[in-house]
Amino acid sequence: MSCALRPLASRPSVNGDGGREGAVQVPVPREAMRYNEKELQALSRQPAEMAAELGMRGPKKGSVLKRRLVKLVVNFLFYFRTDEAEPVGALLLERCRVIREEPGAFSISFIEDPERKYHFECSSEEQCQEWMEALRRASYEFMRRSLVFYRNEIRKVTGKDPLEQFGISEEARFQLSGLQA
Amino acid sequence: MAPGSPPGPAIAAMKLNERSLAFYATCDAPVDNAGFLYKKGGRHAAYHRRWFVLRGNMLFYFEDAASREPVGVIILEGCTVELVEAAEEFAFAVRFAGTRARTYVLAAESQAAMEGWVKALSRASFDYLRLVVRELEQQLAAVRGGGGMALPQPQSLPSVPAPVPALPLPLPRRPSALPPKENGCAVWSTEATFRPGPEPPPPPPRRRASAPHGPLDVAPFARLHECYGQEIRALRGQWLSSRVQP
Repeated sequence: MSCALRPLASRPSVNGDGGREGAVQVPVPREAMRYNEKELQALSRQPAEMAAELGMRGPKKGSVLKRRLVKLVVNFLFYFRTDEAEPVGALLLERCRVIREEPGAFSISFIEDPERKYHFECSSEEQCQEWMEALRRASYEFMRRSLVFYRNEIRKVTGKDPLEQFGISEEARFQLSGLQA
Repeated sequence: MAPGSPPGPAIAAMKLNERSLAFYATCDAPVDNAGFLYKKGGRHAAYHRRWFVLRGNMLFYFEDAASREPVGVIILEGCTVELVEAAEEFAFAVRFAGTRARTYVLAAESQAAMEGWVKALSRASFDYLRLVVRELEQQLAAVRGGGGMALPQPQSLPSVPAPVPALPLPLPRRPSALPPKENGCAVWSTEATFRPGPEPPPPPPRRRASAPHGPLDVAPFARLHECYGQEIRALRGQWLSSRVQP
């Protein structure tokens, strides 16, 4: 059983103390969230939308820049040691922010903890721009918004719902109301 | 390794941003499906009743509906969903390809719930969503380029996720109401740049001035002017009507 670190503020209060605000990290003796690692590994072997060797630095203080093969597959960013077939790790790209750091470099962080950044260094400004664009569009939630947008635009031009032909017009996931996030 | 010594540790487990996953599981956005399901622990294990939440291509499960942290998640990309013969009523399975891949056997509490879950899960992949979006992109381009012609015949969409294409077509540059800033300010990837409301409508996606060898390719200017004029009138009409909302 591994311990997971959670900021106090986001946990239900312990010992009835009402929960204190702050960024103090306290080890919580609970099981780490389970996930189907094998399938994620299999996904990392699928053809990628984008793949390149980039410099990468983890979010922990004192992390050093390492060469990694970085691969974008659906809404996951996998990173490999350059000579290994199995990924070192994966980042799910939902609710993330991609921002430019110094020239030729960008970072990925997540809405719930914007200071915790994964840094990436590219070999050119062009490559940096390409990756930032791709990563910003890589989430399921972005793709869903695109669908709703196109659906509405087509409906406005033709008067017809293009999803009806596919029998998915009633799918909860494709409704305009799903954009209230 | 010395003989008789215990086997060394396996390759370190893959890292994953679990904390972000957990936040994605419990964020305020509407979910794609939610409800109690029975989940079989293992091949010969008992069923446990868990609260399941489907969001995108992730199926999270919690101890109960009030839990703040998921017990686990099933990443659904590449799965197939099928009905199964099981001791439990309303059972279905989420299967993955691969020799030692696990099959998740789940059971709903009613026929309707089971059908709802099977439908929702079989359309949950990112890949499927991307196929639908590409299809709609093409349709929109076709109806705009043709000046309001009938929709082209749709290609049949697979009802189960198709194999991942080797090289996906690049999506056109998307319109953004807020261009990214170069001084380090963030553009949230979840920013609803398509949200209807009291803002100027996004500019139409960049595209060729006219379809190559299409009817407008060699059209006289007057006809081009009329075609684009229609489009501008339509966009302006949408914008005006969206502004009327309180």
